[in-house]
Amino acid sequence: MIEYKIRKYPIMGIILVVLIAIWVKALFLMFDDSLKHSAENNSRRRVVQYPSRGIIYDREGNILVCNEAAYDLMIVPHQTFEFDTVMLCNDLGISKEDVEARILKAKKYSMYRPSVFMKQIDSKVYAQMQEHLYRYPGFYVQNRTLRKYNGGIAAHVLGDIGEVSEAQIEADPYYQSGDYVGKSGVERGYEKILRGEKGVSFYLVNVKGVVQGNYEDGKYDTVAIQGNDITLSISSDLQAYGEKLMANKVGAVVAIEPSSGEVLAMVSMPTYDPQLMVGRVRGKNYDSLLKAPYKPLLNRAVSSTYPPGSTFKVAQALVALQEGVITPNQSFPCDKSKVGCHNHPTPTSVSMGIQMSCNPYFYFVFRRLVQRGIDKNLYKDAAIGLGLWKEKIETLGFNHAFNVGVPGVNKGQIPGPDYYNRLYGENRWAFSTIYSVSIGQGEVLVSPLQMANYASILANRGYYITPHLLKQINGEDYKGEMAEKVVTPFDRKYFDICVEGMDWVVNKPGGTGHNAYIPGITVCGKTGTAQNPHGKDNSVFMAFAPKEDPKIAIAVYVENAGFGGTWAAPIARLMMEKYIKGEISDPNLEQRILTTSILPNATR
Amino acid sequence: MQQGRRNSLLANIDWFIVILYLVLVFMGWINIYSAVYDDTHQSILDVSCQYGKQLIWIGAAILVIIIVLLIDSKFYSTFAYVMYGIGCVLLMSVLLFGREVNGAKSWFEIGSFRMQPVEFAKIAVCLAMARLMSSEDFSFKVVKNYFLAGLILGIPMIMILLQNDTGSALVFCTFIFVMFREGLNNILFVAAFALIFLFILALIVNISLLMLIVGLLCVIGLVVVSGRNKFTRIVLYSAVVLSAVSVVLCTISPELAEMSIYFAMIGYAAMSLLMLVMFFISKMKPMIFAMILMVGMGGFVYSVDYIFNNVLQEHQRSRIMDLLGKNEDVLGTGYNVHQSKIAIGSGGFIGKGFLHGTQTKYKFVPEQSTDFIFCTIGEEWGLAGITVILVLFGALIFRIINKAERQRSTFSRIYGYGVASILFFHVAINIGMTIGLAPVVGIPLPFFSYGGSSLWAFTILLFIFVRLDADRLQVFR
Repeated sequence: MIEYKIRKYPIMGIILVVLIAIWVKALFLMFDDSLKHSAENNSRRRVVQYPSRGIIYDREGNILVCNEAAYDLMIVPHQTFEFDTVMLCNDLGISKEDVEARILKAKKYSMYRPSVFMKQIDSKVYAQMQEHLYRYPGFYVQNRTLRKYNGGIAAHVLGDIGEVSEAQIEADPYYQSGDYVGKSGVERGYEKILRGEKGVSFYLVNVKGVVQGNYEDGKYDTVAIQGNDITLSISSDLQAYGEKLMANKVGAVVAIEPSSGEVLAMVSMPTYDPQLMVGRVRGKNYDSLLKAPYKPLLNRAVSSTYPPGSTFKVAQALVALQEGVITPNQSFPCDKSKVGCHNHPTPTSVSMGIQMSCNPYFYFVFRRLVQRGIDKNLYKDAAIGLGLWKEKIETLGFNHAFNVGVPGVNKGQIPGPDYYNRLYGENRWAFSTIYSVSIGQGEVLVSPLQMANYASILANRGYYITPHLLKQINGEDYKGEMAEKVVTPFDRKYFDICVEGMDWVVNKPGGTGHNAYIPGITVCGKTGTAQNPHGKDNSVFMAFAPKEDPKIAIAVYVENAGFGGTWAAPIARLMMEKYIKGEISDPNLEQRILTTSILPNATR
Repeated sequence: MQQGRRNSLLANIDWFIVILYLVLVFMGWINIYSAVYDDTHQSILDVSCQYGKQLIWIGAAILVIIIVLLIDSKFYSTFAYVMYGIGCVLLMSVLLFGREVNGAKSWFEIGSFRMQPVEFAKIAVCLAMARLMSSEDFSFKVVKNYFLAGLILGIPMIMILLQNDTGSALVFCTFIFVMFREGLNNILFVAAFALIFLFILALIVNISLLMLIVGLLCVIGLVVVSGRNKFTRIVLYSAVVLSAVSVVLCTISPELAEMSIYFAMIGYAAMSLLMLVMFFISKMKPMIFAMILMVGMGGFVYSVDYIFNNVLQEHQRSRIMDLLGKNEDVLGTGYNVHQSKIAIGSGGFIGKGFLHGTQTKYKFVPEQSTDFIFCTIGEEWGLAGITVILVLFGALIFRIINKAERQRSTFSRIYGYGVASILFFHVAINIGMTIGLAPVVGIPLPFFSYGGSSLWAFTILLFIFVRLDADRLQVFR
């Protein structure tokens, strides 16, 4: 046997090689970073701490929007084992097939990453399920908050929140799939103020998904920063009253405090209960609102633009006076051959022109603005004149989208030379082509918000604060760029003339806005009966009060309601009286407005 | 007299082995403690926990050691066959009365006490093989002895396979080292390893491609050994080119592989014919040898393919596929190994520290106190810990081999080699499977894995050798 003694070496050699091979393979495992990641994914759970969204107050300090606890049931598919499906079905009130479908959906998304098994479980269901949660391996609960909209008012102002879209995730890396983000109203407009900052906690979990403690003693955890509470400039009382007055009508009301630019009320009709857009019912309700007549989801106060009609005459007068094409005591004959008019004495001043809302008067005013005789060529002259006019009139906030705090602000339209060149061709139009602009018809488009701001400029006799909905952040008055002061290039004296005319509109016999008269308060206003290609004329009224110390400027649009003085003026009057006095002196008028239904036939 | 023998026993014991044993058992217990550790169970001695129970097994193992050392060394060789018989009876009865755990019917259950006879059968087989091969007239030159050795290994292997415990059955393959040491034909030894190598290749590599490579190698071999006959060389060179092109085509695209196999087959048929002609005309012996080799290897490769697809069971197939990296299902059959690699890989060079392993502590690795105990070591002690364990096992195995070589008694030497081989096989396969080098066959890591049966069995196995070694000077050849 001695000759085989040497065979000890190959045997030991093989053993040595195998042991070294094992060691080398172990060494390779150390360098395999994917294994370390897997280890972390296995045992480390990242739980996002969602900040509670800021509470929204009205200007009187009432809570408009607050938060309500809700719970998302999360699932990590690879950590699930056999569990009592029947119990889970009972807890959640869903069928076994539904449970299986949801698990399958989660598995398709990822085996290792958590996904939402069931969204927004309310506290009652959660309380019941919580006791059993340990029996469902791989499941855990993530706290979320839902919005609660009190009072059922101001749906268009407040807006809603919903799951963030793919496009938003790409645009802003702060958001992750499943996050909630403001979708409309101030929820969207002031999203960054309201949302706060998400925090994140890392936990260690065992194979069954049960939390075993904090990862690295919470070294990598960040604390969620709560969202800022905001106070809106909206007055709930006035808003609710406006919605009541506008019930069964289509249109919008915007009221602004002239001295601050704060929007006191923003009514768009028809409206809906903002609470409909919360939680799991949101999708269904959204669909039915989308299909409902008169587009209740449309915020007419900022997104719809209408021809301003006769309310535009005040602006025309201001521009003409400032440009020096007319004098304060300018007289024009009420020549009905140019444009139609009603019967009234001949206006012998600008104020009277406004008071009587004389169409031919403003036909001549606008002709002087357009055809100034700067160029011998009639057409070129019109282009120059219209250009100068456009420049001036736009300083009144027309053709400009205000950052009021809600999305969908429409900038309206002021037609200029370019516009008509495109429409008719260069040198192919003159004043006679475009004269309907003189009385706020034709191509001029103004949103109710712009109209209210225009009233506000007149109230302030020369300037406006950009209209905005944000009054305070965390109780501190907001003084940012959204509330910028803008001074218009018109002399104070011309404002006085125009305001005088607006005073007479309401308070003098022969004024078109007598329905806006409030005993004891000098209301200044201007009616408008805007022709409307879609049907009956729109009823328009813009006003401010009191004349001496304006507290409120308002614009009212009632679609297809006819004369401005008949419907829009009384609604404005009731709103102003309610705001200034707190009570209504003419209950009969109020009753008449509340009980009238003016719904256009056409579902637009 | 009695007192004198005891003293001489203590003096002759190889304390190096004993200390290595104690260190390994202690480290094993620490890791079981860590693997099942739970903040809520603080007591080390809690017998309701695995580490508490293991402590009892360890205590009992010390008693077993004393008993093993007190028994006269002649007893082991004299009663080797008897113990082998008992082992076989136990294996047989576990088949009849045993209890199935994890798909293997290999447990006796008496009350709460469970025992795995297969662990003890290893000792019996080791003793029986030593007895057989140490007999005066034993030689591998006699064909009968191959048959006898095969019988001793085969009977328990078949019974263990019937228990559906493939891993433990494979342990007996390790006796090829023992037989090699005792004079097994070295060609057979090399061939055994070559076949394993080819077996693995047959499973990973495209079978057509493998055939072509085998053919190519044979042809190259022929070119080297063939004579100066110009005609032969031209034919062989063209065969080389043909095969080489086919290999390249095979590697590039599976569709071409389908086609090129026909090319190759025509080429081989032509070559075989040529070789046959050459053999008869010029009496070139290497030709016929090469031909047999080529046909033999081809047949083996195809039979591996056949066995793999038609004989092996589904779970065995998938375990082998996992091992070869051809199975991507880390949630199904590959879950254990994947999680185990994650645990070891995440440990890094110095580990996460005692009781700080997240993967093992939070039970991501299944069977972590038994078959996958090595993960705990890897995760908590890192590469440093792995190195220490490998060095300790290596030292133990080499020490046993060196001691075995110094035995005067052939029986002791063969038994020593048997112990070393069994330990080596367990260490290599168990650690290999946790790091993805060997298929998951479910055999314990000696002295580490939780369980009384395996701890006692390895203790007895080792200390019988210690006892034999202590008496080596008293034995005359």
